[in-house]
Amino acid sequence: MATASRAGPRSVLETKRMGARAGLGVSLRVFLQTVAARAYPRLVAQQRERSWMFFDVFLPMIGVSAYVFVYRAIGAPEAYVGFVVIGGAMTAFWMNVLWAMSSQLYWEKEQGNLALYIMSPASLMGILLGMALGGMTATTLRAVAIMLLGGLIFHVPFAVVSVPALLGTFVLAMAALYGMGMMTASLFLLFGREAWHLSNLAQEPVYLLSGFYFPVKTLNFWVALAASMIPLTLGLDALRQLVFPAGAAFGFLSVTIELGILAGLAVVFLIGSHFLLQHMERVAIREGRITESRR
Amino acid sequence: MTDDIAIQTEALGRIYKIRGGKKKEPKQLVALEDVNLQIQRGELFGLLGPNGAGKTTVIKILTTLLAPSSGRASVVGLDVVRDAHQVRPRINMVSGGEASGYGLLTVRENLWMFSQFYGIPSKDANRRIEELLAQVGLSDRINTKSSDLSTGLRQKMNIVRGFMTDPEVLFLDEPTLGLDVGAARDVRRLTRDWLEASDRRAVLLTTHTMVEADELCDRVAIINRGKVLACDSPSSLKHRLQSEAIFRLEVSPLNGVPMTPFESIPGVRRFAHSPGDGFSTLEVVLEDESILSPIVSQLALQDIKLRSLQKCEPTLEDVFVQLVGRSMAEVEHGDGK
Repeated sequence: MATASRAGPRSVLETKRMGARAGLGVSLRVFLQTVAARAYPRLVAQQRERSWMFFDVFLPMIGVSAYVFVYRAIGAPEAYVGFVVIGGAMTAFWMNVLWAMSSQLYWEKEQGNLALYIMSPASLMGILLGMALGGMTATTLRAVAIMLLGGLIFHVPFAVVSVPALLGTFVLAMAALYGMGMMTASLFLLFGREAWHLSNLAQEPVYLLSGFYFPVKTLNFWVALAASMIPLTLGLDALRQLVFPAGAAFGFLSVTIELGILAGLAVVFLIGSHFLLQHMERVAIREGRITESRR
Repeated sequence: MTDDIAIQTEALGRIYKIRGGKKKEPKQLVALEDVNLQIQRGELFGLLGPNGAGKTTVIKILTTLLAPSSGRASVVGLDVVRDAHQVRPRINMVSGGEASGYGLLTVRENLWMFSQFYGIPSKDANRRIEELLAQVGLSDRINTKSSDLSTGLRQKMNIVRGFMTDPEVLFLDEPTLGLDVGAARDVRRLTRDWLEASDRRAVLLTTHTMVEADELCDRVAIINRGKVLACDSPSSLKHRLQSEAIFRLEVSPLNGVPMTPFESIPGVRRFAHSPGDGFSTLEVVLEDESILSPIVSQLALQDIKLRSLQKCEPTLEDVFVQLVGRSMAEVEHGDGK
């Protein structure tokens, strides 16, 4: 007792701080373990069922080819061919966010996994990040394959202006994109099949607004600015400026400004998703939607 | 609250709002009403009731998956709403017929994945997985894809998932649903062994199988329409009926003979009949044995032949019937009164 009294309030405070630090360490460890564990089924599935390679690599090439033929038929600038190829490659990431992460929570709920995730000490952000990273292998392969095949078949002249800027743009675009994906995923905690329609709704309009197959600059300035809320819009625009010699001429904003906005979007979406997921989880628990879709 | 209490609920209630059409007001379904329970560490506690009684709702609230509409609940002294994040590492749940995990993963991989959500180091997790699979006799299936497992084997894997994180409180929601007799017996034995390995653990089991509740549980709460009707050890609950005499009579087919003359005999608490193949079975609960005589006389008057007569020891089914007025099967099928 005497020792404790001598130690005084500083020791108590130190103990609390140490406890908090230990708690933070444990939380971080569980978070990382969760990410790895949830990524694992995706990685294993890609190994055990390889038919996806055909569907994910060759089929998207058909869509890309169609746009290339249209542009060549109407005599559009040759730079557009490269834009289509890079747009086709980046489509893979949007599809991964939309179907393999956001709406995946719907299937997890139907399967009974969602209740087990919520009931465990794991965070939903860790689960979603695991899903995203697990799906990244296939997605990246799809994107790279489209770039290589598209480049070879249609003779696209890639000329990278700056590799660090290119990597930075890609990382920022992905961070913002997956942050936005986590925000939309939170809707699936609350809704059932209704949210499914939201995903469908997001697919084609995003293809249009993000300028997947054409430079977004051709849209009205204000429409393009509004579309910049979707991280792929600016990500794609910046990548095109950094990869193609004629890219800058078709760019919507300068790469520096686009990177600044992307960084802002990444921060807002990632922090927003953290709070939105927590909020939606609370609402879903209050309304009994974690295990039941219709109530 | 003492440290020995694993679960406590106070006036717990839950109302579901069921959405109607666009212009309709949402309907309200009272799933739980004023549920008060106290479960000690070291206890295997059963919630017994028909489908739709509110058993799963209790479990969902206690596992932090559903918020109560009224009252409060705590697990290991922590409020399930306010302290949900502290409750979660200390609990686990296994439901009957659940299809959790991923079919493409093997048994080991599925179990490892869930262990990681609890922060268990991979080495420890793999050791525990091997030990527990050996206990449930599933070692030879460790590298089998879970989609290739039968229902019974899959449920054993789920049970291992529940035990693997070494929870302080394990929730088993109809864990033997759909299992054959042997597999159900294995699951019960494993549950009992796991509980007895540490006095810090507790199990809350929901079931609508009387034998399971009777055989496995230290105490049972009988629940119907969201209300707890009785709570005691199975033997004490049955002892309440000891003063009554219960008989099972096998008689010639009743063929529409009215039951009113039997039910109106003074001292008849319950008179139920069920048809058999070429005979009918009467289950009769009487105030005392002396009332059997007028029953037999009435059978003779109605020209019903008595083929056999058996005095029964009360079961939890009889307790349920006494409390609810109908058998559990009748409640589930909406028959009877």
